[in-house]
Amino acid sequence: MSQAPILSCKEVTVAFDGFKAVQGMNLLLLPGELRFLIGPNGAGKTTMLDVICGKVKPVSGSVSFHRRPGALDITKLQEHKIAESGIGRKFQTPSIFAGLTVMENLEIAMSQNRSVWATLRATLKPSERERIDEELALIGLGDQRHLRAGLLSHGQKQWLEIGMMLLQEPEILLLDEPVAGMTDKETDKTGELLQEIVRKRTVVVVEHDMEFVRNFASKVTVMHEGKLLKEGTMDEIQSDDRVAEVYLGRGKGRDAHAVG
Amino acid sequence: MTSIFADRRRLWLLLGYIAAAAVLFCAPLYLSDFRLNLLAKFLAFAIAALGLDLLWGYTGVLSLGHGVFFGLGAYAMGMHLKLQASGTRLPDFMDWSGLTKLPWFWEPFKVFPVAVALGILIPALLALFLGFFTFRNRIKGVYFTILTQALVIIVTTLFIGQQAYTGGTNGLTSFTKLLGEPLRSDTMKTVLYLATVAVLVLVFMLCRYIANSRMGKVLRAIRDGENRVRFLGYNPATYQMMTFAFSGALAGIAGMLFVLHVGIISPSMMGIVPSIEMILWVAIGGRGTLIGALIGTLALNYAKSGLSEAYPDFWTIGLGVLFIVVTVFLPGGIAGLIRSGAEAVRRIRGRGNMHESGAHSVLQGSNRSV
Amino acid sequence: MEMWISQLFNGLSVSSILLLIALGLAITFGLMGVINMAHGEFIMIGSYTAYLTQNLFKDLLPKGAFDSYFIAAIIASFLVAFVIGYVLEVILIRHLYGRPLDSLLATWGVGLVLQQIARSIFGAPNVAVSSPSWLNGGLELIDGVVFPYKRLFILALVAICLVAMYMYIYRSASGRRMRAVMQNREMAACLGISTRRVDGMTFAIGSGIAGIAGCALTLIGPIGPNIGTYYIVDAFMVVVLGGVGKLVGTVVGALGIGFFNTMFEWWSNASLGKVFVFILIVAFLQWKPKGLFAVRTRQLD
Repeated sequence: MSQAPILSCKEVTVAFDGFKAVQGMNLLLLPGELRFLIGPNGAGKTTMLDVICGKVKPVSGSVSFHRRPGALDITKLQEHKIAESGIGRKFQTPSIFAGLTVMENLEIAMSQNRSVWATLRATLKPSERERIDEELALIGLGDQRHLRAGLLSHGQKQWLEIGMMLLQEPEILLLDEPVAGMTDKETDKTGELLQEIVRKRTVVVVEHDMEFVRNFASKVTVMHEGKLLKEGTMDEIQSDDRVAEVYLGRGKGRDAHAVG
Repeated sequence: MTSIFADRRRLWLLLGYIAAAAVLFCAPLYLSDFRLNLLAKFLAFAIAALGLDLLWGYTGVLSLGHGVFFGLGAYAMGMHLKLQASGTRLPDFMDWSGLTKLPWFWEPFKVFPVAVALGILIPALLALFLGFFTFRNRIKGVYFTILTQALVIIVTTLFIGQQAYTGGTNGLTSFTKLLGEPLRSDTMKTVLYLATVAVLVLVFMLCRYIANSRMGKVLRAIRDGENRVRFLGYNPATYQMMTFAFSGALAGIAGMLFVLHVGIISPSMMGIVPSIEMILWVAIGGRGTLIGALIGTLALNYAKSGLSEAYPDFWTIGLGVLFIVVTVFLPGGIAGLIRSGAEAVRRIRGRGNMHESGAHSVLQGSNRSV
Repeated sequence: MEMWISQLFNGLSVSSILLLIALGLAITFGLMGVINMAHGEFIMIGSYTAYLTQNLFKDLLPKGAFDSYFIAAIIASFLVAFVIGYVLEVILIRHLYGRPLDSLLATWGVGLVLQQIARSIFGAPNVAVSSPSWLNGGLELIDGVVFPYKRLFILALVAICLVAMYMYIYRSASGRRMRAVMQNREMAACLGISTRRVDGMTFAIGSGIAGIAGCALTLIGPIGPNIGTYYIVDAFMVVVLGGVGKLVGTVVGALGIGFFNTMFEWWSNASLGKVFVFILIVAFLQWKPKGLFAVRTRQLD
């Protein structure tokens, strides 16, 4: 662990109207790492992603994004600045722009100068068109490029959103349950997409689907009641008593229903 | 194959626009003075409608305050005309209110280009100012709409209350000349009409450019999911502010032209009812399509001038019913009707070509997402 | 000192009427995401109902009974506005749930139609309602400061409505259902609450309260088809200021706007006063963009 982290969250605490969704959570991400964030419902996984992308401001603790020029204090930045600095977020429910075509969705998601003046004058350069075409091929929506995105199926919407994230070229990508609500076939395809994504960037995935997680040999962080419970490989996690207790409710009846 | 088809459609569209512009430019040849003046007024309204459509139809921000921006432009021009008409003396209503000296803020309006510039800048800056303090804090949706309506109330009460400086309830009228030429002469009327058409064509092209640019796509994205846009790295507030200011400026231009055609501006023309009527122009024509805003403005205003004089009571009720019908049953307006009609025709005719596959996946998509 | 007290009293009086109007607005917006621009016309309906009740008492009953008309008028105003509100909800409003901007435009159309109907029936000029004699005069607690009985009566009326509303929302079974629907419509529906009935009832109650406000306004001045439009924007500002979802927000919002309106108008004049209040509201929203009392959610859009 001599490598410097790309993102470090220290003692992060988030409260909603007095209820503490996250309490003193620590999370270190190394460059190029694929990290799974698991835990029962209400463990604070999504909230943690919300903190990293700036949607929720923590009441205490620090989140630093270590980019090459220097560290950025995420908690002090507005969402669009965070996104612009290189942190991308895919939400749980697909949130593409229903009124725009697939192509247009990708076009505005592409990393670019995002000021009003720049977008007013922007034209689709051949190099950009090529990038979008590649992306369309990757997510398998080439035939639907001129279709309004609102008409896509649930799985297609998820892929479109993943494609948008990739064109955004973030250094850190946050994915919230990318395979939720997908058929087995769709899940497999998403898994392939994910393998593709991981090669170039740091990725955090919140996931309930243990089968899906097991397909990737990577580090897993378990959260429980807003705190860090355990961090390690999938094998280590599965052999841990406390994790089993949280998930299977051994000894603690009230958690039994909370299994994802 | 797709591109050839698209190119041909674009060519037809372009020809259509050119033909429409030609018809408008030639109107002095075939319309009576009265009708020409009426059309000029409606075309001025259409300029405001275009800006409003960009803001509401594309960006999803509903402003009930555009009467104010329209009024501010109109007053800027009205002040210039009033000063022209009064010559070296004080404007009559100032005299009656006991003012002895021209207020300092009236001075710049003596010069025509300055008055025109202010007629655009003042509404744009007011919109920018209000936009800055609302969009930045994510005050949006109905909250924003209600604030714009409050803006209308305070500006109209202010204009009525400050009679010595604004002419009060009566507003500004009895204009005589523009740039030394009599305002009511036939030549002047034709020139003003042609100027209005020219401005409208320019504004339409500009709005079309914006709508088709990447900025236009971002605006529609903001309409669909403002927060999502934020996580793509765009700042929606800047986009909303700029669009609001731009559409405010267009309303100002419309107001200036309106005064030139009608010869009067008073607080009642910038109040709540005119402001919300502007929304109806866009709603009827079809929000989110620029040509729809144009058609809606002309259609509603011709209907109004035809019906409101003959049956004023019926007109008010009709206006109310129109609001209900359009928002509940026809959110796409006239343009939406035409489009769905055209699509139906194309589907019937276009069996077997590539459009079927498109329609097929549409069906698939809608089935699965339910 | 006397001036201060009477100005404060004026402020309180203005606030109380605003509160009565804004109550229904805040509830319908919070519950259904519907902005009801026709709310002002329910005020008008209440006012004209009071006017009709007065005429009825004048024509049919002996002179001595006239003074009691106002109590009947309050009840009648509530009922008439309630029924019309319920009908409107069934016919139109329920098609507009969750579409605040569309509902705003459609209900504005409704308002226009209702105004025109009133104009056709009662004529465009204002009509006067003569107040019952027991409300003439005033209470002189301090030398030089008279509290008119009419204003005191309105205060009491508002207090009663507020308490009744509070009891209904927080203490009754149907109020509990209403809060359930407000907080989570789908869940409430799953639990067997008829959200349609709740919506209809709530909208009707909000309208009925606006009717009472309209009845109260007849004590203050003459009434006309446009009476609602004078109050509606201020009432909306109360909702913006107070936030949605809690009764106390509406109360505080109404008090704030009522007092500042009165104060600024006293210090400057009516037209500048409004400008100041507007600037103050925008400034306040810089600090609390969602109003005084807002419920935090995790939804994205």
